[in-house]
Amino acid sequence: MLRTGLLVSLVAAGIGLAGTAHAQQKTVYMPAILELSGAGAVSGTNFRDGMLMAIDEINKAGGILGHKIETPVLDTQSDAGTSRAQLQKVLDNNPYVVFGPVFSGSVLVTQLMTLKAEIPEIVGGEAAAITQKNNAYVFRTSFGQQFSMPKIANYIHDSIKAKSVAVVWVNNDFGKGGRDNFTKEMKDRGINIAADISTEVGQADFSADVVKLKGANADAVFVYLNEEESARFLKEAKKQGIKAPLIGETTLLGQKVIDLAGGAAEGVQGHVGLTVDAPIKAVQDFAAKFKQRFNYVCDHNGIKGYTGVYFVKYVTEKIGKFDSKAFAEKAHGITITPKDEPGILMEAMWDKNGDIDRESFLGEVVDGKQKIVKTLPMLSKK
Amino acid sequence: MRRLGPSALAIAGVVAIGLPFLLKPFGVYLISMWAVLTIAAIGLNLTLGYAGQVSMAQGAFVGIGAYTVALLTAAGWPFFVAFILGGALCFVIGWLLGYPALRVQHHYLAFVTLAFNTLVFLVLRNEEWLTRGSYGIAGTDRPSLFGFSTDNARAFYFVCLAILVLLSAATWWMMRSPWGRAFVALRENPIRALSLGLDTRRYTLMAFALGSTLGGLAGGLYAPLVQFIEPGSFSLNMSFNLLLMVIVGGSGRFFGPFVGALIAVLLPEWMRIAEGYYLIVYAMLVMVLMVFCPTGVLGLFEKAFRPKKAPPPAPATLKAEVTR
Amino acid sequence: MASFIQLLVSGLATGAIYALIAIGFTLLWQTSQTINFAQGEFVMLPAFFVLAAMNVGAPYWLAALIGIALSVVVLGVLFKAVIVDPMMRHGVLPLVITTIALSLFLKESVKDFYSSQAQPFPAPVAPRDLHFLGAVVSLQSVVVLAVAVLTVVALHLLLNKTRLGRCMQATAQNPTVARILGIPVGRMVLYTFLINGALVAIASLLISPIYLAKFTNGEALGMAAFIAAIIGGFNQVRGAILGGLILGVLDNLSAAYLSSQYRGAFPLVILIAVILFRPQGLLGRVEERAV
Repeated sequence: MLRTGLLVSLVAAGIGLAGTAHAQQKTVYMPAILELSGAGAVSGTNFRDGMLMAIDEINKAGGILGHKIETPVLDTQSDAGTSRAQLQKVLDNNPYVVFGPVFSGSVLVTQLMTLKAEIPEIVGGEAAAITQKNNAYVFRTSFGQQFSMPKIANYIHDSIKAKSVAVVWVNNDFGKGGRDNFTKEMKDRGINIAADISTEVGQADFSADVVKLKGANADAVFVYLNEEESARFLKEAKKQGIKAPLIGETTLLGQKVIDLAGGAAEGVQGHVGLTVDAPIKAVQDFAAKFKQRFNYVCDHNGIKGYTGVYFVKYVTEKIGKFDSKAFAEKAHGITITPKDEPGILMEAMWDKNGDIDRESFLGEVVDGKQKIVKTLPMLSKK
Repeated sequence: MRRLGPSALAIAGVVAIGLPFLLKPFGVYLISMWAVLTIAAIGLNLTLGYAGQVSMAQGAFVGIGAYTVALLTAAGWPFFVAFILGGALCFVIGWLLGYPALRVQHHYLAFVTLAFNTLVFLVLRNEEWLTRGSYGIAGTDRPSLFGFSTDNARAFYFVCLAILVLLSAATWWMMRSPWGRAFVALRENPIRALSLGLDTRRYTLMAFALGSTLGGLAGGLYAPLVQFIEPGSFSLNMSFNLLLMVIVGGSGRFFGPFVGALIAVLLPEWMRIAEGYYLIVYAMLVMVLMVFCPTGVLGLFEKAFRPKKAPPPAPATLKAEVTR
Repeated sequence: MASFIQLLVSGLATGAIYALIAIGFTLLWQTSQTINFAQGEFVMLPAFFVLAAMNVGAPYWLAALIGIALSVVVLGVLFKAVIVDPMMRHGVLPLVITTIALSLFLKESVKDFYSSQAQPFPAPVAPRDLHFLGAVVSLQSVVVLAVAVLTVVALHLLLNKTRLGRCMQATAQNPTVARILGIPVGRMVLYTFLINGALVAIASLLISPIYLAKFTNGEALGMAAFIAAIIGGFNQVRGAILGGLILGVLDNLSAAYLSSQYRGAFPLVILIAVILFRPQGLLGRVEERAV
């Protein structure tokens, strides 16, 4: 009797606690569901810190339409089931919009729910599938793989003039998605895939992969790995003397990888979607402030979080009220320039699927720094 | 327990039925998850707690069940057919996984099952033609019952609860039967069991097969509950978590998995008041709990409430082996 | 051929690290029936002790010593006193759960109190590459291999050539008899925990320059050490070494010549085969079951 009673009250207390109501006084509730632990912790933490900066700036300046932003950040443990639970928790409290998650699998499960609840979801995921489901409530903060891969492909085709290419990818949903999109683009351009090398998350030894690469003798190598693995791979490639140009997408040219690889990243080139090294003053100022506050170098996820908040602020001020449905309607097809909203950092446009369009860059690692060699125009301005 | 049994069960029943009407959808989702994981933990408790066969692959069986249901319902099969088939598939695979248990025991068996779990993960991830690989499968539909959709959180909770009640009643009945006693004999002293004429071979395989079946059935509910499955959900972490539920609840005790799953599902949620540090606090609590009551929460209760009675049956722990 | 030698040499270097971690794993099992599922995190953590010491201004050599000392105290003494001792008599499984929780605790603590970002880690030797029969080996890998071999030889001598070592072995093989013979069993068990604390710290110093220091590192390392320990023989130090080296080489060969997608599967299949057909491991002794 006592036992059961105790258990019951524990359960009730637990669920009660979990559903704590939020204050409604002149605040707007825009929670975030992010990967703060587990495999995605680096991405999630960057995204969160970027958001925090934007939120503090906005709140200090009086908030959105006079409302302070209230953004609790809930950890998904990088797991789809937990993401669903946490999203349900915030949906129960009637959010205006929801931020995150970054992992594509978690986005796929949560976007079904935000669609049903008609709450806009500002996601960090890059899988192509996210915006191919006719979902009017999902908005990206960076290129989907279906947009970034053609840019890489053009670069390999037009600038490197490669006839064959090897792909090294990390075997998770991020890597697999990138690899599949990349392979398709290569086929479309008649470029042969000489080697298709899958690697594991947390892999220590890349010698076998580099040996295979050497055997394949491709004109270029496309590397699509997470940060630490990128660095380990670059070290091994340098050691074994890979001559073919190493091409990457965003991560491979990031400052973090350059630092971790300690010299082995020299000469790496590729496409950068979002980077703190962009030749744009606003971005560099943001990066400096970020570094000062959080004591590490922000990656593209930090910029995604930061600009995502300003995206919400701008659209909300355009519609003049906190109305989730009106937000979703207004945000499709909107273009935001830094002149209108400095916090957006770079001109950005959201299309009818929620995909984002921005300028992006071709870069190269020179003297331990990412150097931007060319700015690619927005797709819609071609 | 037996004296308090009926009234405690009645209260638990009222709570289980009434609670979803008091909770927001988030709470309903959590208790649905509790029901689903409890089923898997009951299965593991059968294999480990009663029959004494250490399995670290229960997560893999949840995965096999979940993928069976997700793939078959996506191909247009009715949910309950897919659900049963998932359980049946796990029965067969569990039976096969039982064979190593005939050769090796204890920690060696744990290692084999642990390796098996990772192999299953690799197959789920790499065989994209079958499982859609690391993209996962989104949007598994919740079943319709007699024309009523259970898409709504509360309705689906009752589906999970009903299946939980059904399966635990079946397990309860089985543990009272000669089978259950055979399982315990297997745990307590396999050699004596053999010498008493018990077909230990058959019962060992059966313990694995039945435990795995419950894992598969839990998976069959997991897919429509979360509505997204990917190979990573069924990696070793899930198996460790289920093992934790069984041990923390009280291995070899019928209600152990119920309590263990409650702790594993709700404790991290409660700890979220510690914000960024909640997992640290959760891990610490689990360690403290284990240090102070290694026989699990129910073991502690038994000690606290029945100090004078005969000690409860020994929990299924691996006995230290003497090495010569 | 050159590529085969490359794979072999790199595999041996990685395998030597697995071996170092695996040795401690088997030591703990032998003396206290502890299956330490936090062993990987034990290797991840000392790197952060070193980084923290360097952040407050200690030079590398001092920081490394501090790291080893802290590791011996925290992962050796404290781990034994706070977690293993109270639980030992309750069997293996509650302790397994506790070490799983401990691994989560260590990971999350490093992430929250240090950083979630991967950190570059200083190498004990200059980055130089050596050429050897057409293969390229970094000097670092050679040092890793050498230190691992030296450590293992030293450990072997300790265990087999000294009185202390023989007492430890006796404790591992039969604590009851050892106690009757007047061996201070408790202290011997403590020594194995201290040795494990030192071994994981050395492994951490060796692997972090290559692997980078990050809170999630333990996951892959712990698994590798675990597989290595079992393939080689769960109750033999020599076996753990062989297991580590086999695993390192096998991993490379299977990724290069069989399937990169299933590279993780081959060691597991071998593990299952070893357990089923030679459960004492390749170099292990037969265990007898108490009835």
